[in-house]
Amino acid sequence: MSALLEVSGISVSFDGFRAINNLSFAIAECELRAIIGPNGAGKTTFMDIVTGKTRPNEGQVLWGENSVSLLKLNEAQIARAGVGRKFQRPTVFEDQTVAENLTMALKAARGPFRVLWWKPGLETEARVTALAMEVGLDAHLARKSGELSHGQKQWLEIGMLLAQEPRLLLVDEPAAGMTLAEREQTTTLLRRLAQRHAVVVVEHDMDFVRRLDCKVTVLHEGSVLAEGSLDHVTANPQVIEVYLGRG
Amino acid sequence: MRKPLVLRHPSILVFLAVLAVFTVGVTILSTGYGTGVISTSMVKTLGKTLCLALAAVAMDLVWGYAGILSLGQMAFFALGGYMIGMWLMVARTETIVTGSLANLPIPPTAAEINQAVATQIFGVVGSDQFPAIWFLSGSLIGQLALVVLVPGLLALVFGWLAFRSRVNGVYLSILTQAMTLALALYLFQNDSGLRGNNGLSGLQNIPGLDAVPQESLSIWFFWASAVALGLGYLLVSWVASGKFGSVTRAIRDDEARVRFLGYSVESYKLVVFTLAAVITGIAGALYYPQAGIINPAELAPIASIYLAVWVAIGGRGRLYGAVIGAIVVSMLSSWFTGGRAPDVNLGFYTIKWVDWWQVLLGLSFVLVTLFAPKGISGIFDALAHLRPPRRGGTPLGPDMGALQEREAVE
Repeated sequence: MSALLEVSGISVSFDGFRAINNLSFAIAECELRAIIGPNGAGKTTFMDIVTGKTRPNEGQVLWGENSVSLLKLNEAQIARAGVGRKFQRPTVFEDQTVAENLTMALKAARGPFRVLWWKPGLETEARVTALAMEVGLDAHLARKSGELSHGQKQWLEIGMLLAQEPRLLLVDEPAAGMTLAEREQTTTLLRRLAQRHAVVVVEHDMDFVRRLDCKVTVLHEGSVLAEGSLDHVTANPQVIEVYLGRG
Repeated sequence: MRKPLVLRHPSILVFLAVLAVFTVGVTILSTGYGTGVISTSMVKTLGKTLCLALAAVAMDLVWGYAGILSLGQMAFFALGGYMIGMWLMVARTETIVTGSLANLPIPPTAAEINQAVATQIFGVVGSDQFPAIWFLSGSLIGQLALVVLVPGLLALVFGWLAFRSRVNGVYLSILTQAMTLALALYLFQNDSGLRGNNGLSGLQNIPGLDAVPQESLSIWFFWASAVALGLGYLLVSWVASGKFGSVTRAIRDDEARVRFLGYSVESYKLVVFTLAAVITGIAGALYYPQAGIINPAELAPIASIYLAVWVAIGGRGRLYGAVIGAIVVSMLSSWFTGGRAPDVNLGFYTIKWVDWWQVLLGLSFVLVTLFAPKGISGIFDALAHLRPPRRGGTPLGPDMGALQEREAVE
């Protein structure tokens, strides 16, 4: 199985601080992967690089069957190529309705003139309703998304992510601020998503990662410290040292 | 099937109806076609105000919907005016020159007439040649095309450079200010090709319509301005509704997020900015024949700032707000500065409105920005029971999320 996303030897420094140091990473189609690491390990910077927000000083980011370099594309082009991103804080367009938010995210032509002449059809409306149903917001389609609760906004954002029909989902700390029941729901959802998409979950909560039951990559000071099953990496003395401090 | 635009947004119908009633009302009261209650100069002022309102609608699209605070919109307005002014001046001067040369024993050749027209127009800046940029000035169609093309292309090139480099916020505003100021300073030069600080004049005389008195002509232009405002309002409403409007407002609120949805933010801003420049150019082309004169002072940054103030006072993000703001504030402005407002005698000091109007305007701008960010249109929102979204308790902290969700569902 060839890799969907292959990151090799990337480094990036901010004002002399090496946020990412010779990092390599690969994920296959329909794979669920967790990235863990202490604060400042470079998890978010890694996502910024893959989504085009930050340019690495060196290294390569290759995408898909044709090994397209993502470094030559801007954020919008990378998103259109099939990389979806869920932010830590729910970021939905609060001044617009749930339906408008979903419609905007729906996979369709993105050029300004195509969008200008775009008209909602029965098909897109059905798709929006189906998506809203999937994330439990079908009763709130006409409400402004700013009125939704924190949890509902998280779900709306996941709905928007699904609407984009990405091939790779980057999910930043999905469990942050969720209750136990919600965490379980989220775990189920992520595992279900991984049946059809590649999913990368960035998390520093070990319990949550254990529930995901997938391959884990441990980042530390901008590079990969260990990779493997959670039991494998937690048995690694270096990982223990990083997480428990120098004993 | 989907309802037509005007039914989905009833405010458009109301606006068009009010505009129609206003137009008919002014016509009935005008000197040219009615009872004569409204003087010709007042009709011209009203017509000009409608053009300013159209520019404000375009400004609202750029600022209120796309979040680009452009402080150089009046550059496009003046360019539209200059483009139509070139044809007006050439055509009218040609009529006069041909008339005066007709008495010569030998009929003048086309080249001689052309030479005489050039001397007549450019004598004030010490030239007797048509500058290269006047190559289309003999053709009404050509200059009308330039009314659209010149502001459009300027906005396209400027916007492409600015948006591509991701210049945002205050920096972008300063850049647009610099654009209009640079253009004004350039046009002030005698060798700019547009008669330097003399500008173009006599624009109120429409060639071929010498027999039509100004009383009628002013009403014709008033009608044209009203139609342009109506059509412009419809066009901008259409653009700002639907998915395009949704993306545009999303760009205003969080442009980084829109990029991650796969939309090219820069292209959208460019389309909006260019469209607004074209609309503003057309508004200018209708304004200056009513004003009669245009000179580079019209491009001064303060003019564009006024436009932003009108839109802010009227209400950003509401097209009728922009129109109301432009009409109310510009009419008040001409009333106060026209010396018709009575002075207020405080005993120890007399408030002369000519001097104090700007202070009053500045103060109301600050107050509106601070206390009524929706401006005058906030009143209509309140009447229609439109309120900003009630936040479902977001600030209660992330850990409370689940509880609130359950509350909200039930």
